[in-house]
Amino acid sequence: MNQHLNNYSTFKKKNKFPGAVRILLLVLLTLFFSSLVLVVYSMSLPTRGLSLLVTSKLDLSGVTNPVTAVLINFRGYDTLLEMAVLLLALVGILSFNSDLEHHRVLPLSVLDIFTRLLVPILILISGYLLWTGSYSPGGAFQAGAVLGAAGVLLLLSNWKVEQYVNRFFWKLALVSGLACFILTGLAQMVWSRYFLEYVSVHAGEIILLIESMATISIGFILTSLFLTGVFSVSK
Amino acid sequence: METINILNQGIDLLLASSLLCLAWLTLKADESETELHHLTYIKLYRAIILFISFGFLMSLVWIRLDAPDIAMAEAAIGAGLTGALLLSALSRLRFLSRRISRTENNNESAS
Repeated sequence: MNQHLNNYSTFKKKNKFPGAVRILLLVLLTLFFSSLVLVVYSMSLPTRGLSLLVTSKLDLSGVTNPVTAVLINFRGYDTLLEMAVLLLALVGILSFNSDLEHHRVLPLSVLDIFTRLLVPILILISGYLLWTGSYSPGGAFQAGAVLGAAGVLLLLSNWKVEQYVNRFFWKLALVSGLACFILTGLAQMVWSRYFLEYVSVHAGEIILLIESMATISIGFILTSLFLTGVFSVSK
Repeated sequence: METINILNQGIDLLLASSLLCLAWLTLKADESETELHHLTYIKLYRAIILFISFGFLMSLVWIRLDAPDIAMAEAAIGAGLTGALLLSALSRLRFLSRRISRTENNNESAS
């Protein structure tokens, strides 16, 4: 029955390193690790880094949480590329369009009832995390992850996505975060500023807009990781 | 004040060592000998569960390092979503493996 899974463990047993190589590896790794420990202990006193600069410019960023300010405003480029990477990863996963049909299992009543209870609460928590991200820990990625967890729960309890959500709107939700980020960045260039340079009077509103679109988009992307075979290309 | 300091350092030490232990256990889980040692599925399942607990412990470590943002992201994505994704991959793998052996059996009986 599980012969093909077991082939893997015999493969692992056959391909072990010989004893000398293992000892050499152990010595090298120990040397590496001890030199790492030495480096950490020989570092000078904890430096402040760029945190002083961030705190001094925090008033211009539109939010009071330094993490959100750095993520969306000061280093917006990094977050933009992160969103792009997430989307590309999803495209890669969806291209493994396996011929395995999405085999549906009726959920047990515990999972069913808990999903009904949890999903509204999770959506509420997601909105709270998004809103609170401007002044305390939280933000788009955390809120999106909570939204994605709600979506995964729905999929696990046999929620028929394709009946409720249009394929076009699903795809629109997937790209909305990245598109909104790029468009607001480009819109700044119309008023002869740099790409992703927000005017500090409206920075709070712009950041809120980007974060809410990013939350929806991240939630949909994380849910779509479980979706193989539902919105398959062949259908 | 002194006792609180010692307590804090103790917690840190405990967290760090159990993190390393969990990582070792996770890597070694598919070589462990159990009463069901012929089932690779059980071993991989155990490795995934250990990986999820590793993620939750990691998020505790992030909280101890004063990084609540990363702790939240680690708990949600590192432990929760990745764990669920690995579990679904494992069930899919078993499904595929069953189907392949079934077709092989059919071919053997046909020939």
